[in-house]
Amino acid sequence: MSEKKLMKGNEAIAEAAVRGGCRYYFGYPITPQNEIPEYMSWRLPEVGGVFIQAESEISAINMVYGAAGAGGRSMTSSSSPGVSLKQEGISYICGAELPCVIINMVRGGPGLGGIQPAQSDYFQAVKGGGHGDYKMLVYGPATVQEAVDIVYGAFDKAEQYRLPVMILGDGMLGQIMEAVTLPEMRKPGDIKVPEWATVGTHTGADRKIINSLYIEPDVLEALNRTLYARYAAMSEAETMVEEYRVSDAEVIITAYGTVARIAKSTVDILRAAGVKAGLIRPITLYPFPSATYRAAAKKRSVKEFITVELSMGQMVEDVRLAVNGKKPVKFYGRSGGNVMTPEDIARFVTEGK
Amino acid sequence: MEKIIIAGFGGQGVLSLGQLIAYAAMYEGKEVTWLPSYGPEMRGGTANCSVVVDDKPVASPVIAVPDCLIAMNKPSLHKFENNVRPGGTVIVNSSLIEDKVARSDVNVRYIDANAIAHSVGNDKAASIVILGAYIKASGLFPEAVMLATIEKVFAAKPKFIPSNKDAFLAGFSA
Amino acid sequence: MSVVYKKSKLLTDTPFHYCPGCAHGIAHKLVAETLEELGQEGNVIGIAPVGCAVFAYNYFNCDMQQAAHGRAPAVATGVKSVYPDKTVFAYQGDGDLASIGMAEIVHAAARGTNITVVFINNAIYGMTGGQMAPTTLEGQKSTTCVYGRKPEINGSPIKVAELLATLDGPSYIARCALDTVKNIRAAKAAVKKAFQNQLDGKGFSLVELLSSCPTNWHMSPLEAMKFVGGEMTKIYPLGVFKNID
Repeated sequence: MSEKKLMKGNEAIAEAAVRGGCRYYFGYPITPQNEIPEYMSWRLPEVGGVFIQAESEISAINMVYGAAGAGGRSMTSSSSPGVSLKQEGISYICGAELPCVIINMVRGGPGLGGIQPAQSDYFQAVKGGGHGDYKMLVYGPATVQEAVDIVYGAFDKAEQYRLPVMILGDGMLGQIMEAVTLPEMRKPGDIKVPEWATVGTHTGADRKIINSLYIEPDVLEALNRTLYARYAAMSEAETMVEEYRVSDAEVIITAYGTVARIAKSTVDILRAAGVKAGLIRPITLYPFPSATYRAAAKKRSVKEFITVELSMGQMVEDVRLAVNGKKPVKFYGRSGGNVMTPEDIARFVTEGK
Repeated sequence: MEKIIIAGFGGQGVLSLGQLIAYAAMYEGKEVTWLPSYGPEMRGGTANCSVVVDDKPVASPVIAVPDCLIAMNKPSLHKFENNVRPGGTVIVNSSLIEDKVARSDVNVRYIDANAIAHSVGNDKAASIVILGAYIKASGLFPEAVMLATIEKVFAAKPKFIPSNKDAFLAGFSA
Repeated sequence: MSVVYKKSKLLTDTPFHYCPGCAHGIAHKLVAETLEELGQEGNVIGIAPVGCAVFAYNYFNCDMQQAAHGRAPAVATGVKSVYPDKTVFAYQGDGDLASIGMAEIVHAAARGTNITVVFINNAIYGMTGGQMAPTTLEGQKSTTCVYGRKPEINGSPIKVAELLATLDGPSYIARCALDTVKNIRAAKAAVKKAFQNQLDGKGFSLVELLSSCPTNWHMSPLEAMKFVGGEMTKIYPLGVFKNID
């Protein structure tokens, strides 16, 4: 195992992508994720890859479309306003069944919003964002190491399911420094060019066409059924969730990403004060670990769920769908880039405010 | 677990000070998070970072109640001094802060960091002086660990190693 | 019996869907013949636009990617990043390239990306039913300027070749017309030059081809071709606007 390195989240994610086989990066500057394009701009040429600073996020995601369609492991990163601009391209990438990795280091919105951490792009990430019926595989890593491990494997997942993998982080995850163990560099020979890729050599019946246009309704419907069957298989195989001190818990706090770390400290604070608290932390946001919530909701010991987010309440809707009225689901959120402390959450749990 | 908030003007070395603690923690096999404030305020405004050192993986990197506050300028002292845990420590850069800490339930160290840095011939090392004073007050790591960390972190710029070690030791014995 | 004419191997057997009198078919033929003559069969990736040529991926006998509206140069840039030794071209219309995709074409040109762009200027949105294009002539009627294009409301036609020729990035920028045999031969030479430049690694090339749209211009094919050679070339003069050796 290699030595631990102290790395900023953004830089560690960039290095993990390179080690996972990423050779094509297209992006546009926006705070708080600029360390990713900055890192890629010198790192990719070192390994024979290509970095292009595009003229816009729209152009960047379409460069990803082209490179991914040609079979290259491709990635873009941005933050909320920039990810909004990418939505058109993401929809086309999903329609054309292309693999890629997209990083969103979320900042407060709507509009230009702010540059401080937020989780207010949850709906955009897991419910679509662009037009049409589609899903991405969405992860909400909580630590730099977890982000590294997920990004490293993300290109494999993207190619397996032929869809974008989105890492939904926030400004905190991008800026925090933690000690990480970096995985081994993937050997070029281990990464196969997909058989559907437009590598330029095909003619006649072998021609490869990357396309999301299906004029015939039956054909388009068949595509959508195929995609949804794939999403169902992905839900079976890829759902990830962490449970912390849940077995005898009466209050289930639930949060994802960096907020889940804050909430984990809250659980310890509450336990020390005699409150039986536990934490459910979705690691995949789509597929959402609904079964874990259903199981917790059935337990007699569980009295209530409290969803904590850096938003006005987005993931809480998926929690409510999963709990399905069996137990009360409350919400505590901060917005605008404000971040709650463990003590803030503890106060909400014990005093309701 | 040790929770430290380090705050001051941008350019005072606040973030680097926190990183040195984080590096030392990692070299010592501890778990650590270093979380900076970021954004336009970095340019000449106030900057701060939160460092958490623990034996087990760090949960919250966000600190409400620090064990130690390192205040490099006056606004930072007044912003954070009431949050420090009773029995905790406040390190005050008295070169820039003439005010005294009003609380009696915390340990306070006033360090004339600029003068000490000047006396060892490294005017830019006030934050390293403060680091020395903090390590002495907290006992978080042996002084040898910090000296070795300074060597590793400055390995690419070896000419800065002796003067930073001097500044650290001067702060440590201040 | 001797063969005097043969369809290019770089075209599939799929019949074109284009209207009678539309010049897209001519443009496709020029591109396909050029690629074949340059020995590029089995070495090409084409990018289809949104617009009348959206189905170009059915006609060119090579690997193809269909791009979002206006984004073909960005998609081509991505493809070229992965395969710098393959011939990559984008085929775009005037709504696609000169309106919604203006940023993408300008910046691909400015970067000097080593791709070839074939730009069909027929002064109208064809696929969506004859709306005003950025290249619609002053006074020309469309379904969104029913009294004719008025500069004070709609601005003036955008001259893409001249505009891109102001940049340092491109190696070759030319405008030709597809109205007469002579002009079509000149267009073929320009298209060939634009692809040869890519093979020679000279960087970004674009050929603007003035084309007809009898359906949406409400003209016969013959009248439409006369409009291309008469009215359009007055506003869009033919010629080479940039040529770096």
